[in-house]
Amino acid sequence: MSAYSDANADLLTIELQLLLEGIFQKYGYDFRNYSKAHIRRRVLNRLSLCRLETVSELQNKVLRDPDFFRDFLEDLSINVTEMFRDPDFYRSFRENIVPKLKTYTYFKVWHAGCATGEEVYSLAILLQEEGLLERCQFYATDFNRKVLEIAKEGVYQKADMELYERNYQLSGGKGKLSDYYNSMYGSVMFKKELSKRIVFADHNLVTDGVFAEVNLVMCRNVLIYFDKMLQDKVLNLLTESLVPAGYLCLGSKESLKFSTVENRFVALDDKQKIFKKKLNV
Amino acid sequence: MYKAIVVGTSYGGLEALKLILPQLPEDFPLPVIVVLHIGEHKNDTFIRLLNELCTLQVKEAESKEPVLPGHIYFAPPNYHLLVEDDRTFSLSTDEKLNYSRPSIDILFESAAWAYQHELIGLILTGANSDGAEGLKTIKSFGGKTIVQDPCHAIAPIMPRFALKIAQPEIRLSLEAIPARLVELASSKKAVE
Ligand SMILES: C[S@@+](CC[C@H](N)C(=O)[O-])C[C@H]1O[C@@H](n2cnc3c(N)ncnc32)[C@H](O)[C@@H]1O
Repeated sequence: MSAYSDANADLLTIELQLLLEGIFQKYGYDFRNYSKAHIRRRVLNRLSLCRLETVSELQNKVLRDPDFFRDFLEDLSINVTEMFRDPDFYRSFRENIVPKLKTYTYFKVWHAGCATGEEVYSLAILLQEEGLLERCQFYATDFNRKVLEIAKEGVYQKADMELYERNYQLSGGKGKLSDYYNSMYGSVMFKKELSKRIVFADHNLVTDGVFAEVNLVMCRNVLIYFDKMLQDKVLNLLTESLVPAGYLCLGSKESLKFSTVENRFVALDDKQKIFKKKLNV
Repeated sequence: MYKAIVVGTSYGGLEALKLILPQLPEDFPLPVIVVLHIGEHKNDTFIRLLNELCTLQVKEAESKEPVLPGHIYFAPPNYHLLVEDDRTFSLSTDEKLNYSRPSIDILFESAAWAYQHELIGLILTGANSDGAEGLKTIKSFGGKTIVQDPCHAIAPIMPRFALKIAQPEIRLSLEAIPARLVELASSKKAVE
């Protein structure tokens, strides 16, 4: 942070704004309404990793070198995820949503911002155990193509399985997580029967429209990176994608509280952020 | 005039906070924002406990919530807490930093940008090095930096790192900290 101090903090703000504007115009990725503090942190990290002094120098590289931009895109999209993250959420899902899904012969689920797919496989396992997997069509989308490739493979680190197994048990899992994957060296590969009903696709929540009409939207830990205005815009998009009486699941620290769609939902579980769209508003 | 206080602590932190926070008076003019490393556990129990002990309102910081005086905010477990320039909170699930999420460095650095020289940073007892870099950033912006004297801390590692890396202005025993915070909070800082 050598080039920036108290005296020219404003300069950084200006340069960041120019950088995001440039990225939008050149590459079509729109980060202009992401959390500023988050973007600043990632950019300053990249600066020190590349031994660059100013954001203007970084901008020069980003705009002129598409490969550099690809890597930089990784910095801005946080792909950290887990299987059965927030086990209580999955418990609540079994309790509040599964009984209703059992009355459907066919339903669609959209995972928006699925990252490397751990959450999608988690839900697929849950639905399998409830005898619902065969009735379900999944769409799992992210704007980061690299993570989508990993999600499609369903190959993860063996070392993470201990935590995931624990999460799975806490989530009300009915067997063992290891029933669902094959081990190979340091990795595990989730069984294809889980993913055969999942379509992975590139979709940008900020710049693309409604992806499909679905019965359930999972969009967890994506909105926290957006400012209030963008959150609201994306929440409206998610709301439009849901059929009446469809379900919306957000991350445990996300809410509808400051949004314009709040009155279009009832909370089924306030704490686990499970909402149901009202019939007709 | 200072606009906010950020606090970082880990091992022994709850004991230290139980001593400091209840001594902040009802009309304390600054928001207090705390990262306490507690692993994956829920916050509920100690937030309720502290709420009973404190005159200020103790709560978990929520995404997009404005940072207001009269409140003591805690980072939720398993999320990083950041302060935006418009003085609202953001949360993130970024990788752990210094093996920690929430990370003290991440809170301190974002708050340093948001409040610049109008920020007070405080490092208390703890068993790792998180917070030292963040405190250094606060100092580089001209904010006030305070570290608990490691000689008397339950876990001296965190204050020691902070002393070494950030070279803070003030080193105090735990008992002396509340009075100093009250004094600093009401001081008119020289305006440059
Ligand atoms: C922290 S991960 C959350 C993963 C998972 N839903 C979970 O909760 O564990 C956030 C994901 O959102 C994606 N993302 C961020 N901005 C996006 C956008 N504008 N459109 C689509 N995906 C986006 C990122 O690439 C990343 O994979």
